[in-house]
Amino acid sequence: MTLADFIRQELDLTGTHLGCEHGVCGACTVLFNGEAVRSCLMLAVQADGASLHTVEGLADGDELHPLQRAFQDHHALQCGFCTPGFLMTARAFLKDKPLATREEVREAISGNLCRCTGYQPIIDAILQAAQDLRGLKEHAK
Amino acid sequence: MKPASFDYFAPTTLDETLELLHEYGDEAKILAGGQSLMPLMNLRLAHPRVIIDINRISGLDHIASTADGGVAIGALTRLRAVEKSPLVRQQNPLLAAAMPLIGHFQIRNRGTVGGSFAHADPAAELPALAVLLGCEFSLRRKGGVRIVPAADLFLGYMATAIEPGELLTEIRFPNWHPGAAWAIYEISRRKGDFALVGVALQTELDDDANVKDAAIVMFGVGGKPHRIENAPSILKGRRVEPGVLRALAQAVTGELEPDSDIHASAEYRKEVGGVLARRALEAALARAANGVRH
Amino acid sequence: MASKSMRNNMEAQNRPGNGYVGRPLKRREDFRFITGRATYVDDIKLPNMLHGAVLRSPRAHARIRSINTTEALKLPGVVRVFTFADLGALAVPVPIRMYHLPGLEAHLQPLLAHEKVRYVGEPVALAIAESRYLAEDALDAIEVEYEDLLAVIDVYEALKDQILLREETGTNCAAVHEFSIGDADKAFRDAEYTRTEEFRVHRFTGNPMETRGLVAAFDRGKGELTVWGVTKLPHLNRQTIANFLKMPERKLHFIENDVGGGFGIRGELYPEDFLIPFAAVSLGQPVKWIEDRREHLMAANHSRENRCQLEVAARKDGTILALRATIYGDMGAYIRTHGGLVPCSTAALLTGPYRIPNYHAKIHLVVTNKTGLGTFRAPGRYESCFYRERMLDLMAQDLGIDPVELRFKNLLRPEEIPYEVGVTRPGSAPTVLDSGDYPSALRRGLAEFEYDGLRPLQGRLVNGRYHGTGIACFVKNTGGLEPYEGARIVIGDRNDVAVYLSISVLGQGHETAMAQICADALGVPMEWITIFHGNTDITPFGWGTFASRGTVMCGSAVHLAGQKLKQKLLKAAAEQLGADTASLDLSDGKIFRLHTEAPPVELNEIVFRVRHSGNLNEGFPELEETAYFHSSQMTYSYGVHLAHVAVDAETGMMEVLKYLVVEDVGRAINPLLVHGQTVGSAVQGIGGTMLEELIYDDNGQLLTGSLMDYLLPTSTDVPNIGSVVLEEKPSPLNPLGVKGAGEGGIVGTGAALANALSHALADYSIQVKTLPLTPDRIRAWIRASSASK
Repeated sequence: MTLADFIRQELDLTGTHLGCEHGVCGACTVLFNGEAVRSCLMLAVQADGASLHTVEGLADGDELHPLQRAFQDHHALQCGFCTPGFLMTARAFLKDKPLATREEVREAISGNLCRCTGYQPIIDAILQAAQDLRGLKEHAK
Repeated sequence: MKPASFDYFAPTTLDETLELLHEYGDEAKILAGGQSLMPLMNLRLAHPRVIIDINRISGLDHIASTADGGVAIGALTRLRAVEKSPLVRQQNPLLAAAMPLIGHFQIRNRGTVGGSFAHADPAAELPALAVLLGCEFSLRRKGGVRIVPAADLFLGYMATAIEPGELLTEIRFPNWHPGAAWAIYEISRRKGDFALVGVALQTELDDDANVKDAAIVMFGVGGKPHRIENAPSILKGRRVEPGVLRALAQAVTGELEPDSDIHASAEYRKEVGGVLARRALEAALARAANGVRH
Repeated sequence: MASKSMRNNMEAQNRPGNGYVGRPLKRREDFRFITGRATYVDDIKLPNMLHGAVLRSPRAHARIRSINTTEALKLPGVVRVFTFADLGALAVPVPIRMYHLPGLEAHLQPLLAHEKVRYVGEPVALAIAESRYLAEDALDAIEVEYEDLLAVIDVYEALKDQILLREETGTNCAAVHEFSIGDADKAFRDAEYTRTEEFRVHRFTGNPMETRGLVAAFDRGKGELTVWGVTKLPHLNRQTIANFLKMPERKLHFIENDVGGGFGIRGELYPEDFLIPFAAVSLGQPVKWIEDRREHLMAANHSRENRCQLEVAARKDGTILALRATIYGDMGAYIRTHGGLVPCSTAALLTGPYRIPNYHAKIHLVVTNKTGLGTFRAPGRYESCFYRERMLDLMAQDLGIDPVELRFKNLLRPEEIPYEVGVTRPGSAPTVLDSGDYPSALRRGLAEFEYDGLRPLQGRLVNGRYHGTGIACFVKNTGGLEPYEGARIVIGDRNDVAVYLSISVLGQGHETAMAQICADALGVPMEWITIFHGNTDITPFGWGTFASRGTVMCGSAVHLAGQKLKQKLLKAAAEQLGADTASLDLSDGKIFRLHTEAPPVELNEIVFRVRHSGNLNEGFPELEETAYFHSSQMTYSYGVHLAHVAVDAETGMMEVLKYLVVEDVGRAINPLLVHGQTVGSAVQGIGGTMLEELIYDDNGQLLTGSLMDYLLPTSTDVPNIGSVVLEEKPSPLNPLGVKGAGEGGIVGTGAALANALSHALADYSIQVKTLPLTPDRIRAWIRASSASK
């Protein structure tokens, strides 16, 4: 059983979606030991002992993550099917590159497909979230 | 698209792995990063009876300097680790430059160096680099090891000299010439896709700005990376001027015998191969002239 | 590198203080999507649920000699394998829903292959097992003996009638439709200038991120069937499936959940829509079937592919006199639910926003050994815009007229509108362009794009690349097509209003836009409102969400229902307060007594009293109103696409540097959503024009069988899209003045990019006549041109 199927069927976390099952669309992206991976290309058994983060864990209880708020603010989703994959990709990317430029964000999400938004608002949202996260970090210091 | 069932092993040592490979031979497939194998299995284009998952083996994911100033990379090293490695950036700028061209970062998070070589897609960057630089590949089996040079490793479309029962454990990049000018250049339909045609190039100029040596390897132009035979003879001892560049492009186009597929015709690859070789040489020299050594 | 002026003009459209309509409000439905709590059909799990997998033909054209399911049935966890024989008397073909042209019924698709397979991907058997993994194992074990036949994959080859898909028809030409406006032949005889060209648009399709899927559960006790995963036209589809299963319609419950995009592809009836309910009824257990991407590429509707021989007649000064078009639609192996729509729609709006008094079109619908054709966002419009706008640029060059001037010369002027084009759709009312100022939209586009500043770059080589700018003007039919849509609004007494829409929602944001409309019409805060859709049990009968008709038809219904309910509430309030209805107003959830100092009364109080007394007014305990909006006419959005490209002639690589869509949608209920549609559809169009193609080899094998070969556009393949939404000419055909906004952004993409490329490569005398624009094809054109010099 693939990791994606395990997450969706055995763990009942259906926020992670299957768009292609051959590693192209990125809808199945989760964080595996903190890194963004395509869960359709992993076997469930390979996750034994690893830490997994899915979209359901992005919000802190009722408090939305800055990425989630930014996606809503910028209309960065329409049908929503690709959205969890983009959120998790962005989460990993911003941890790695909190000061990313617009071009870097555009490139970072080039491994995720969206058919509805045309990507522009997603890029805007991620840049907004990056700014918000930096602000939070400053605030926390 | 769900994979068919298989027997699964997750050995934790190299010896265990070699034992399993010895036992199952060509019934077994190695699962490393899974970025090439899993799509095939999900599509049921591959249905190995046995999967040997080597991700739990330690000691195969190193990036280290070698005695002669080269770089030794363990086969299980993630592509992303190579991409981020300061050692690689310092000791092999061409390899460092190739890394971001490979797929997307999510793929590089899991994909391994060994997997890239073993999969041997003719449109992939790393095999071409290995042929250009003259890498050496350690292939281990139960009770033995052999070293295979890059020139002998890639046999044809997705086929390598790795025998059933063997595991690729390490790739050695030879010492990098500090005076070398280099370039890697590809055309792909979209960023991160496999190349329609690509070139990896190294050259060195003498004090009179004539070409001392030049090596050009093309990818996406046939079943395996293609070293341009005529490159040295066209370039050696010559100054790189428009006439020489034109001659190079023509020679490359003349020499290539690529295949057609739905993304590009053979003619396209021939023509554009010549163009890319010319542009790569120009880019390499420009980089060297700007003093951008590493 | 979009210029400052190309920033989306949303700020200008935010007009606060006027209620909710017109404001770029954030979507309320987003919460469940951004937290991973949405429910798409594959998220539904029922106890004892079984899983289906479809065995699809690996051959393009073959006779079926035998199907052996014995080995498959022996596998653990495999419950049943259905073939055509199991359907028995229920075996009906998938019916045509619209654009029934005589001859098409001979080419309907059977639910499972019977005697012959006619395209790669045709369903041959349905396996049901305890998991999808096991169901796919069953597929591998089903033995089918095929006797191969030659395949035909090109319309001209097919028309030779040597390889027949249906021997009994004697021809692969399934139907022909012809119409005439004015006297094109005379115009051509008298014309000072004529030109003939053959154009071709390739085969591609929508590929929503969510593939198709269904869950069907049959309650044996009550004899009732529930189906999830439906969308687009659940009421109509329910009728059809009820007929198929010979069950009363009321015993079928079709429920739309969250839908991962449709673009015209999802929601139509396919064989699986019959087979999965059939399996659920037969087995008495819920059955889930989720299409995978490989299947989707070979099974879900393909679109667009047709060829057009186009002739134009004009005066030397550029005044267009006539068009003659011969169109060949590559329908695939079976005519699907859309009948002849795609190629007929290509002809229907070929004249676009221009004054072309004489027009003759002949459309051939040809079957080939490929997956069947259906609608994909702006069906026929993308194609006809490409044909016409390319022809205009060719004409401009021949006559030595600037392509922009040529368009201004021929665009209908606002005083000519409404303009009756004539009868261009089979068996329907004349096409009438209802409102518009086409020159104004073009002027706005040219200004925003800074077109004049780019003129010096036309065809110039700059830093190794040739630059070109192209434009395309368009009109787009929206709304109408089917006669009505409805909405039912129910109000409770605790800040609670429910709106039941007759249409489906596939991600467009109707849960927000409809709430805006309702809030304004009814006079309550938007937060009180919840929108329901897609459930045939609770929503009024509707015809469906397509042709960008959702807001036009159902939005108008919501508006009308809101107004009706408001009047009802005012009457109830008048009675309770001992006042005159005319002296009261309802706004923001409060009843105001006009011209008095009296404080407003909470609407909740009024409703509470109605509910708890029963003899007040004629009100029912739960106050509600239903309204239907009827319109058989379409309302036309319009605008222009502008593209600036740079081409590397040595590699054929083209980059889109700048892209702008200007579209007048009459009225934007929520500008945020409208811009979202425009940008999204433009990216789909650019991807479709440059990257996507469904490619078959000579044996009818689909070579683009995965997303590794069928290339969808990613973030790095497109620039920022500029979008200007105009509201200069509201629609006179509905109370809101809206025109649909879901497709305009895709209509002109093929045309604008092809025009831009042709200008860029003027040095090579390259005139683009076929799509897609791939590096290989661009290089081939350059090579051919250089060779002929």
